[in-house]
Amino acid sequence: MLPRFWRKIKYRYDIVGTVCETCGSKYYPPRNFCPICRRKSKMKEVNFGDKGEVVSYTVVHDTPEEYRMMKPYIVALIKLDGGPTITSQVVCDESEIHIGMRVKKAFRKYFEDGEDGIIYYGTKFVPES
Amino acid sequence: MSSVGIVSYGTYIPKFRIKAEEIAKVWGEDADSIKSGLGVLQKSVPDLDEDTATISVEASREAIKRAKIDPKKIGAIFVGSESHPYAVKPTATIVGDAIGCGNFFHAADYEFACKAGTAGIQTCIAMVKSGMIEYGLAIGADTSQSAPGDPLEYSASAGGTAFIIGKSPIAEVEATLSFTSDTPDFWRREGQPYPSHGGRFTGTPAYFRHVYTAGEKIMRENGYKPEDFDYAVFHQPNGKFPVRVARMLGFRSEQIEQGLVVRKVGNTYSGSSVLGFSAILDVAKPGDKILLVSFGSGAGSDAFIFDITDRIEEFEREPKVWDKINRGVEVDYSVYLKLRRKIKMK
Repeated sequence: MLPRFWRKIKYRYDIVGTVCETCGSKYYPPRNFCPICRRKSKMKEVNFGDKGEVVSYTVVHDTPEEYRMMKPYIVALIKLDGGPTITSQVVCDESEIHIGMRVKKAFRKYFEDGEDGIIYYGTKFVPES
Repeated sequence: MSSVGIVSYGTYIPKFRIKAEEIAKVWGEDADSIKSGLGVLQKSVPDLDEDTATISVEASREAIKRAKIDPKKIGAIFVGSESHPYAVKPTATIVGDAIGCGNFFHAADYEFACKAGTAGIQTCIAMVKSGMIEYGLAIGADTSQSAPGDPLEYSASAGGTAFIIGKSPIAEVEATLSFTSDTPDFWRREGQPYPSHGGRFTGTPAYFRHVYTAGEKIMRENGYKPEDFDYAVFHQPNGKFPVRVARMLGFRSEQIEQGLVVRKVGNTYSGSSVLGFSAILDVAKPGDKILLVSFGSGAGSDAFIFDITDRIEEFEREPKVWDKINRGVEVDYSVYLKLRRKIKMK
């Protein structure tokens, strides 16, 4: 768990994905190989920016143990202004969330590995205004 | 050598607020006497997924965006806090990776009660002046702790400010000094969840002695009188102490009002005096002179004289600190207990 998360810090702390310079396809999470261009793929890391729009969402009531305190929480599909659509938690009240809502990235805690374990941080989203 | 000072600043205040009435109701106290006695009407409360690291990152990102600089030019990060998420493992490394400043940077966490943030500013000033770094990032942030029922519960809040220190600043550092002594007014022993304090002892021998002495000396050494300053801001453990020390030093209420954020946001500890200072930077004009004096229990004060430069006119200052303070969402005491993890879970 720990090394796996550490390897992905760059992509979780910020919205860093990849773009295929051959066909222009954008990927988040990042891919090191473009499934369209295959052997002709030419991947480059890019930051997809701070903002986006909610395409769809769900309110999670049956939560994993690590998210029990946050119940209910919202997971949304967010179309980033910088290109790809990603899945992320949106931190706001249930009554606020709606399709088309503008959101911006926020650096938050994901969860804690118990009281004496590592704290996992990463990107979530909050209402833009 | 070109002038050194604050090139940019950013702030972050969690959105939740709890009013003094809500806390007083639970503990059977008179809210009006608490409000008039402490001078704190409400305080900010962090969300479950917010801590000193997340606050530091958000404030730093705002500062970098406003500065319009490449984060890779930041050569040092110092995070001042008394609520670092880890006892062993730095907050500054989390900030460094989150802002994307590369790996060749100096980093350390500072701890000196409520003045660790200004200690970081002084270190960055020295490093920029010496030529060790081009830009330094100094952060004061806290999600301060208070035991349920303790008077601190009305004021201990959350928030932070990040400053980018470098050349060609919006606020030039004209002078800085520190006054430090071994004064046990407020402490938290290793492994203890909540701090302890010396009650009234936190006043005269601690806060007032250090803030007054540092403020008086920096003005005297540099040949200034209180009327030479457009603004003054002091550490704000409550709404009373900064007003009283300002009066002791000879400042008028108009000089401190803009930076007196504690009434509406509480004591953000390492973020306290610097959050008030940021509220002043939000409205400062070229030529303005500002006195900043922090205070950290234990105890010490860092004093600064800042001169606002012409560069502030084209500097992005929205959203302002007071706007962030005023758009909070109120919570009741039971939600507050959950957010602050004061409910013992199985």
